[in-house]
Parts: sequence; structure tokens; C-alpha cells
Amino acid sequence: MKLTLRVWRQKGPQDKGGMVEYQLDDVSPDMSFLEMLDVLNERLILDGEDPIAFDHDCREGICGMCSLVINGTPHGPEKATTTCQLHMRKFSDGEVIDIEPWRSQAFPVIKDLVVDRSAFDKIIEAGGYISAPTGSAPDAHAVPVPKPDADRAFEAAECIACGACVAACPNGSAMLFTAAKVTHLGLLPQGQPERYDRVVNMVEAHDEAGFGGCTVTGECTVACPKGIPLDTIAQLNRDYLAATAGRRKKS
Amino acid sequence: MLQTSPRAIPALYRSSVGKKAIMAVTGVLLVLFLIAHMVGNLKVFLGPAEIDEYAAWLRTIGAPLLHHEWFLWIQRVVLLAALVLHMTMAYQLARRARRARPVRYRHRAKVQGSYAARTMRWGGVIIALFVIYHILDLTTGTVNPGYQHGEVYRNLVADFAPERWYVTLFYTLAVVAVGFHLRHGLVSATQSLGAASPQRARTLNLAATAFAVVMVAGYLSVPFAVTVGLVD
Repeated sequence: MKLTLRVWRQKGPQDKGGMVEYQLDDVSPDMSFLEMLDVLNERLILDGEDPIAFDHDCREGICGMCSLVINGTPHGPEKATTTCQLHMRKFSDGEVIDIEPWRSQAFPVIKDLVVDRSAFDKIIEAGGYISAPTGSAPDAHAVPVPKPDADRAFEAAECIACGACVAACPNGSAMLFTAAKVTHLGLLPQGQPERYDRVVNMVEAHDEAGFGGCTVTGECTVACPKGIPLDTIAQLNRDYLAATAGRRKKS
Repeated sequence: MLQTSPRAIPALYRSSVGKKAIMAVTGVLLVLFLIAHMVGNLKVFLGPAEIDEYAAWLRTIGAPLLHHEWFLWIQRVVLLAALVLHMTMAYQLARRARRARPVRYRHRAKVQGSYAARTMRWGGVIIALFVIYHILDLTTGTVNPGYQHGEVYRNLVADFAPERWYVTLFYTLAVVAVGFHLRHGLVSATQSLGAASPQRARTLNLAATAFAVVMVAGYLSVPFAVTVGLVD
């Protein structure tokens, strides 16, 4: 396959950055998107140029590191698929592909396509935990969990915190990420002690990080490689209102 | 134990989630008014006596406890407060969203969300401008040709006369904007108040569309009836 790539190059956080064009003549349709970039980077290194910096780790679609906006869509055109699991056969010969980093005030670009996602860590620190008493592990079946709750919690727990929801949202909101964590922990018995503090504190951390608010456009859930449903945000809103207007927040 | 948190209300007002909840509640108040307003409008089809009498009755609601027009003024103050809160929250959230993405995408894929969702902000501005015109037209009569206070039927017929087609056109555009605003607003308010669920999503979407269509049809039936001469 022959491809034209237009890649966002930015030397550092202060650099203005811009799109740079690259021609690729020998791309195998069986390559993953990241392997295609590896091939380009090998060529750039041989030519004595600076290779394109991009985030990646497991390349199995579970770590949440890869973060490319491909032709304006986070993680590219294939639904419920991370960039690393996207293959070049999804593109056509001669296609022009634009590659940009996540765009968000809260995710500053470090270099090229790599952004700093510490803002997500701040949200997790604010409430993404449960109190687990020390001692021997309790029996797995000691605490009954209703099946529907277990299913919804599991669905929300699939979030890999990649940030595609932020990248896709027209408001730059991280509400789907925050809601996935709130739903995941808030529906399980182990998450009850902090439930109403968690939601208020995580939303506060979300807002402080500079993310926008949710306006229910649904862009996030379409872009999400794990298909986190939009109704997790309704769950977050419900818990948030119970905690504040319903005065169920304890501290 | 349930305890009162001193920061509960400020948090509600400060946070992006709380602001949306405020928009939902004020939006519901405005929607209730829209329903009552539309039902009142439809009385035009029952003749001049009926609608003029209805307009006079509006001024006597709550009597003898409330003085002449008191209810109307209380309602106006409440609606204005709801509108101001609704718009303030919308403005603050829009500014927040703008700041959240200082560098735009060079290549932006076609937006997946509905037309209604994408036009909420500018649609809202159009509706606000229309409301100002609408009050000057049919409440104060400033821009109505030969306005007579209390003669609702006469004022309506004068307003949407065929030669004043541009008024009808503007009215139509505004009402359609209200329709889109309602379509997304209802779904969004349900989500903001935490009442949305996957089981109810389909029903909710259908109900919101149906409601928006009924409201638009109801509001447009009056000027169209006047323009084509069904009501004169």
C-alpha cells in the first residue's frame, strides 16, 4: 500500500507544532497502525531525523497508552478498537491519513503525539479507590452482588483510561471516564463506604483539571474503544445529586 | 448516618454536573410554561370571544387572594429568574468547554451527535432574541400593527397577515429552533438529573421527538391558520 501521512510534529511543550507530510510506499495491509509508524520511524532514524514520538505499551488493546486521533477520530475508524489493534487493511491504497494527538487543555502535548494524561491520575486520586481492611482475603462469595449490578459495574470497569472520550468530546469533557470509575466502584458493595464522597470529589478533580462539562452529545461513547455506555454519566449525575442536593455526602 | 454537608449547595452550583442539573430544573419550568402557552394559543380556533376571555382570566388567577395581574407578575418573575439561570449556566459551560480545548483539531471527523445536540447553544441564542421580539410584539405591542391591549384575537390576526409574511417566517424559524432545543433538552435534562437508563433510552428518545413535534405543530398552527385565512 502507498500512503500519505500528515503527522502532528511538536518538538516540546512550548513548541508551536504543525503537520508534517510523509510518503510511505511499502505498507503491508497486515501491519497494525503502530507497526506502520514503527516502519516510518526506522526510516527517519536511518535518515538521521528525529523519530515521531507516540505512546504505546501493551499493543494488545488493554493498557490504554496508545492515543492517536486518526483522520479526526480517536483511535481511528474502527469501532471499539484501540489504535494498536487497528490494522492498515482498514485503509485504502493511496489514502491520506492525518494523525494528531489528543487535544485538551488538561492533556498538554509533551512531544509530537505524546500527551501528559496526569489529569486522569488526579481524578483517580480524588476517589478512585475503596477501603479494603487488612487481614486475610475474604471468601469471594462472602459478599453477594446482584447480577445486574455486577454486569453494569463490569461493563464500566472495562475503561482503560486512554482518554479517547476527552479527545472526542466537543466540550473536552472527561465525564465518561469519571462516570466509568464512579459507576464501577459505586455499584459494588465494596465501593459503598466512599460512594457519595467519591462522586463529589472526583467531579471536583475533573473540573479543577480544566475539562469541560458534559452536554450529552454522545461523541465519547462512540469513540470509546471499550464501548463504555453513556448512561454511566446518568449514574454519576444521580449519585452526585444524591450526594449534594440529597445531602448524602458524609464529609 | 446522613449528615449535612456545608459545602453541598456551593458544590452543586460550582461543578459542571451541578450546573447541568440547574439547567435541567430551570428548563423543566420553562417547558411547563411552553405547554400552558401553547394550549392557550390554540383557543384562537374557538373564536375571538374565547381567547380574549382566556387572556382576561389569566389576569384574575388567584383572585380574590391575589390582586389583578399579580399571578401573572409572579409567573413572569419566576420565568425570568429561570431563564437567567438557564442562560448563565449555559454561558459558563460554553466558556468552560472553549477553554478545555485551546488547540483545535486540524482534521475533525464529522460529528456523530444529533443536529439538535450541536445547535443547542446557537439555537438558544436565536430563541432568546425571538423571546425579546415576541414580548415587544404581542405583550407590549410595540412592534405590532395597531396593537389593542386585551384584544388577543385582533392582535394575532394583524400580526400574521399574509403581507407580513416575514414575521410568520421569523416566527416559524424560532419555533423550529425551540423544537430542536426541546428535543435535545428533554433527553439531556433526563440524563442531567440522573433519570436516564439504557432500558428507557429508546422510549425517552421517541417521547422527546414526539413532544418536540407536537409543540412545534401546535405553535405553528396559529400563524399558518392566520396566514392562509383559516382564522381572520
